[in-house]
Amino acid sequence: MTAEAGRLGRTAPEPARRPDPAAGPGRSLGARLTAAVGGGVVRTVLIVVALFWLVPTVGLLVSSLRAPADMSASGWWTVFGEPSRLTFDSYRNLLDNPDITDSLVNTVLITVPATVLVVVIGSLAGYAFAWMEFPGRDWWFLIVVGLLVVPVQVALIPIAELFGTLGLFGTVFGVVLFHVGFGLPFAVFLLRNFFAEIPRELLEAARLDGAGELRLFARVVMPLAGPAVASLGIFQFLWVWNDMLVALVFTKAGTQPITVALQTQVRQFGNNVDVLAPGAFISMVIPLVVFFAFQRQFVTGVMAGAVK
Amino acid sequence: MAPAAAGGVAKTVAPPPAPRTRKSVTGTRRTAAALFLLPALVLLGALVVYPIGYSVVRSLYDRSGDSFAGVDNYRALFTDDGIRTALRNNVVWVVFAPTIATALGLVFAVLTERIRWGTAFKLIVFMPMAISMLAAGIIFRLVYDQDPDKGVANAVWVGVHDTFAESSAFPRAHPGRDSPLRPAGGGAFVTRAAVHSGETVVLPLVGVAPDRMPDSARNAVPPTPEPGKITGTTWQDFTRGKGVGTLAGVDPGELGYAGMRIEAVRDGTVVASAKAAPDGTFTLPAAADGAHLRLPASNFKEPYNGLDWLGPSLVTPAIIGAYIWMWAGFAMVLIAAGLAGIPRDLLEAARVDGADEWQVFRRITVPLLAPVLGVVTVTLMINVLKVFDLVFIIAPGSSQDDADVLALELYRKGFSEDEPGIASAIAVFLLLLVIPVMWFNIRRLRREVRR
Repeated sequence: MTAEAGRLGRTAPEPARRPDPAAGPGRSLGARLTAAVGGGVVRTVLIVVALFWLVPTVGLLVSSLRAPADMSASGWWTVFGEPSRLTFDSYRNLLDNPDITDSLVNTVLITVPATVLVVVIGSLAGYAFAWMEFPGRDWWFLIVVGLLVVPVQVALIPIAELFGTLGLFGTVFGVVLFHVGFGLPFAVFLLRNFFAEIPRELLEAARLDGAGELRLFARVVMPLAGPAVASLGIFQFLWVWNDMLVALVFTKAGTQPITVALQTQVRQFGNNVDVLAPGAFISMVIPLVVFFAFQRQFVTGVMAGAVK
Repeated sequence: MAPAAAGGVAKTVAPPPAPRTRKSVTGTRRTAAALFLLPALVLLGALVVYPIGYSVVRSLYDRSGDSFAGVDNYRALFTDDGIRTALRNNVVWVVFAPTIATALGLVFAVLTERIRWGTAFKLIVFMPMAISMLAAGIIFRLVYDQDPDKGVANAVWVGVHDTFAESSAFPRAHPGRDSPLRPAGGGAFVTRAAVHSGETVVLPLVGVAPDRMPDSARNAVPPTPEPGKITGTTWQDFTRGKGVGTLAGVDPGELGYAGMRIEAVRDGTVVASAKAAPDGTFTLPAAADGAHLRLPASNFKEPYNGLDWLGPSLVTPAIIGAYIWMWAGFAMVLIAAGLAGIPRDLLEAARVDGADEWQVFRRITVPLLAPVLGVVTVTLMINVLKVFDLVFIIAPGSSQDDADVLALELYRKGFSEDEPGIASAIAVFLLLLVIPVMWFNIRRLRREVRR
C-alpha cells in the first residue's frame, strides 16, 4: 500500500500560478478554485472519518486499561480527564488465567504449522504447475483455482464426521490440516503465477549444470520466491490466527485457540468486559504488529486472496 | 512492484500478459511431477472436494442420515422460520454491505489522492482488516452498548439528540406529602391555589436522585416578596440523611431545581412563564396574577436514552456497520491501486477542456474504474455471504434470531440442533451462490493458461 499510496499522494500538483493550458499538464482555473475552496473541506471530512475509524479501537484499548468498577460507572472517554486511573490489572488477571495463556499457546501451535505447511506444499505444487509437464496440467490448475471461492462452511459437517472417524476431532493437528486444505488453492494460485514469471534461462542454465527437479526447485526457484512467500505467509498467518469458526467446530477444551476461548465469554457480555477487552486486545497485538511491519506484503496478499 | 504483487493484483485488477509457452526445462518424468503435486492434491481432495460431494449427498438424506429424503431439506430452506429470516437478512447484507463499502472505498481513494497524509489515512482505515472478526465483534459490542454512559454510539447519538431536542433535568420528580402541588395530567403538576402578585409561592418536589440533579443546582433560597410580582422557589424538599426537614419549607442544604420551567396558567392559557435560577428562585410578572402555576411535563420526561442498536430492528444494520468498518479499507486500497493506473493525461485533457472536478470524477474516473469497482463489489458479496463471526459475536442472545444469517444458521443447524441434513442443504445453497464467480475465475484464467 505504501508504494501506491505514496505515489498517489504526490500526483496532485499544488495549486500555484495560473498555468498556461498549452504549456503541458496543468489544471484549469476552475479546478484550481475547487481545490482551493474544497481542500479545507476535504481535509476536515477525512479527519472526521479517520477519527470515526479510530474511535472503536481506542475505546477497546482504553476499556482494557480500566478497573471493572470504573467501567460500569462511566464511559471510557471520561478517562482522558483522569488518566491516573488506568491500570494494567485486567491484563495481569488475564495472563494469570491458565485458560487464556493455554489458548494463546494453542493459537501459536495452530497458526505456525498451518502457515509453514501451506507455503511448503503450495510451493511444490506451484512449481509443478509452472514448470513441469504432465497430462492435463492446465486443467488441474484451473480446478484448483475454482476451489478458491469454496466457502469454508461447506466443509464443516463433512470434515467433522471425517475427523471423528479418524480420531482427529478436537486435536490441534486436525485444525491445522483443515486450514492447510483451505489455504492451498490460494497458495498454489499465487505461487504458480509467481514461478511462471521466473526467466526460463535461469532454469535452463541450472539444468545444464545437471540439476534435477528437486535441486532446481530448492536452489533456483525458492531463493527467488521471497516476495511471493512473504505475501502468502503473512496472509495465511493472519487468516489462521484470526479464525474463529473453524476452531469453534474442530477444537475442544484444551486445544482451543484464543478466539474460541474469548467467544465463550461473549455470552455473558456486560459484566466481564475486564476479560473481553484485554483478551481481544492481546489477540490483536500480533496481527497488528505483522500489519504495521509488513504492510506491503499484507496488502498484496489481501488483494490477491480476498476472493477467499 | 514485485512480480508476486503483479500476479496478485492481476487476480483482481488487471490480467498480466499471458505467459510465454512454458515447456518443462528438465523433460520431467511423470513420477516427479506426481510427487510434487501429491501432497497438495491429496489435501485438496480430502478437505475441499470430498466435502462438496459429501454435502450434496448428505443434503438428500434425513436427519439421521439413514433414509433418503429427496428435496425435503431444500424445502426447509424456504419453510423453516430461522432459515427464512437468515435468507432475508443475507439479502439485506448482500445488497447493502458491499455497495456501501465500495462506495466509501471509492470516495476515500479519490479524496486521499490529493492529500499529503493520505497514506496515514489509508493505514487507519485499512487497519481493521488485520484483526479478527472476533476482536472487531467485541469492539463493536462496546461501541453499541445501550447505556449512553458506556457505548460511544449512543453517547454521540444522545449528545446530538439533546442538542436539538429539549432535554429534561428532573425525571421522576413529584410532589411530596401535603404538597401545594397536584398532578395536572400528562405528567405536569399544578398549584392547588391561584397565585397573586406581591405574594410568594413555594413549589417543592421530591424524588430526583442526587446524581441526577443538574450540576448548576445551588442551595435553595426561600422566596422574598416583591410588590407587583410573584416570586417563588422550586426545590428538592428533601434533606438526605437528616429526616424530612420542614415540609414545604426551604431547609439548609436542599438544592434548587435549576432550570425548571414554570408556567402561569389562567383559563387554560399560559399567561407568563419563567425559568428557575440555580437556587430555585423565579419571578413572574403581574400578568400572572390570579393564575395557577404549572410545572409542565417537559421538566419530568425520562432522559433520552439513545437507540437500542442491538435490539431486533437495528441489529442487522448495526452489524453491517461493523462489517463496513472492517472492509471499506479493502475496497479503498484496491480502488486506489486502480486509480493509480488511470492515465493522467486523460484527466488533464478533460480539465484543460474545462471539465470541473465533479465532471472528471463522474465522466472519466468512475467509468475507467468500473472493472475494479465490479471486482471489489463481487469479492465483497462473496465475502458477505459467508459472514459468521461478526453476527455470532455482536448479536446478543436476545436478538440473535433477528440477526440470523445463512452461515450462522448452518452452524446452528449442524452443531447445536443436530440437523446435518438441513445444514448440508444450506452449505450446498451457499456453494451454488458462489459458483458463478468460480466459473468466471476459471474462464478468465483459462485464456491466460492455455497455449
